[in-house]
Amino acid sequence: MSTPDWPLYEIFIRARSGLDHKHVGSVHAADAAMAIEHARDVYTRRQEGVSIWVVPSKEIVASDPAESDSLFEPARDKVYRHPTFYDIPDEVKTL
Amino acid sequence: MYTQGLDQLGKEHLHESSATTAELEARFQARVDADEKIEAKDWMPDAYRRTLIRQISQHAHSEIVGMMPEGNWITRAPTLLRKSILIAKVQDEGGHGAYLYSAAETLGISRAELLDQLLAGTAKYSSIFNYPTPSWADIGAIGWLVDGAAIMNQIPLCRCSYGPYARAMVRICKEESFHQRQGYEIMLTLARGSEAQKRMAQDALDRWWWPALMMFGPNDAASKHTAQSVAWKIKRFTNDELRQKFVDFTVPQADFLGLKVPDPALEWDQSAGHYRFGEIDWNEFRAVLDGHGPCNRERMKARRAAHESGRWVREAALAHAAKQRARVAKAA
Repeated sequence: MSTPDWPLYEIFIRARSGLDHKHVGSVHAADAAMAIEHARDVYTRRQEGVSIWVVPSKEIVASDPAESDSLFEPARDKVYRHPTFYDIPDEVKTL
Repeated sequence: MYTQGLDQLGKEHLHESSATTAELEARFQARVDADEKIEAKDWMPDAYRRTLIRQISQHAHSEIVGMMPEGNWITRAPTLLRKSILIAKVQDEGGHGAYLYSAAETLGISRAELLDQLLAGTAKYSSIFNYPTPSWADIGAIGWLVDGAAIMNQIPLCRCSYGPYARAMVRICKEESFHQRQGYEIMLTLARGSEAQKRMAQDALDRWWWPALMMFGPNDAASKHTAQSVAWKIKRFTNDELRQKFVDFTVPQADFLGLKVPDPALEWDQSAGHYRFGEIDWNEFRAVLDGHGPCNRERMKARRAAHESGRWVREAALAHAAKQRARVAKAA
């Protein structure tokens, strides 16, 4: 009974110049140009954006949450990467 | 939102890890208890996924069907400004449907399946949209009461445990506030108008009050989904808690309009700090849910006709896109 869905696109919006594009959701569209028009209507009705990126959802490769330990755990014990790890006497200024 | 392959994903995880379902469920519940958000690719119990698909899609369908009673007045709005506002509001409802379908799709169900469930009548939408809008005052009453009740329901959903749903709700709640205020302003204008306009406003309140209270769903004792949904942090308050809050907020707003809430049992309970109100006609609620409301057939007929008459557009757009791609490939 149903027509197959138009392809899905992930939508990224830059709220103001100077900011990164941020993921806001998705739309279905026959092609990328239509995805931009739909994203404009769905996600920027109140001046939420000055620029839109659309990416076919099937092109996004995501990390696997089941592997997040092995991916992100190695950073956990490297506190020396943060400036607050180092004790510097108060007398030393502008450091 | 990364829908592809989600179905397999949950199962792969089961094979990959040696954890039993019980262990996975315990870990899942611990994350929910710690107020962590669950995201699309995370492991989740099948029942959690099903509950969310049901709830989010019902919500999306309600937004789409909800465009109809209001759309009824776009061509007859009393001024050009009112018409522009109403068009913007109805467009928002379509947008809300789109955010919500998009959130439901992250759970591994396609838009086409969701729409088929609506058109086949297997998925429900809010009973409120099966009531007619014979007068302009109904547009005021819908914004004030129906969107007001929706806001009560929706604000706690901004903190729902499922990330994509919670994020969609944040956007929706921001926009609902405009809907409620424009509705109240229509009521205010009528209430300050001629005797005939005041009667229109009162008549709309008379017809929408009880259906608005029904929007919160069955009493807690009769609500089969509440306990599990609260444990999963899909639901933060019970139906009766939210309904009470709505009555407490709304009665003073009706007083300000000089209109009378159509409930002889309504009275302020000083010691409790709440309004006491009369019993809802649950037979009416069930009848409307079961398809016997004043407009159920009309709404579904209009929805199916729109879906069918739009089919050639959906197909032609796909064919055009394929042709464009072929042309580019040939030129390359």
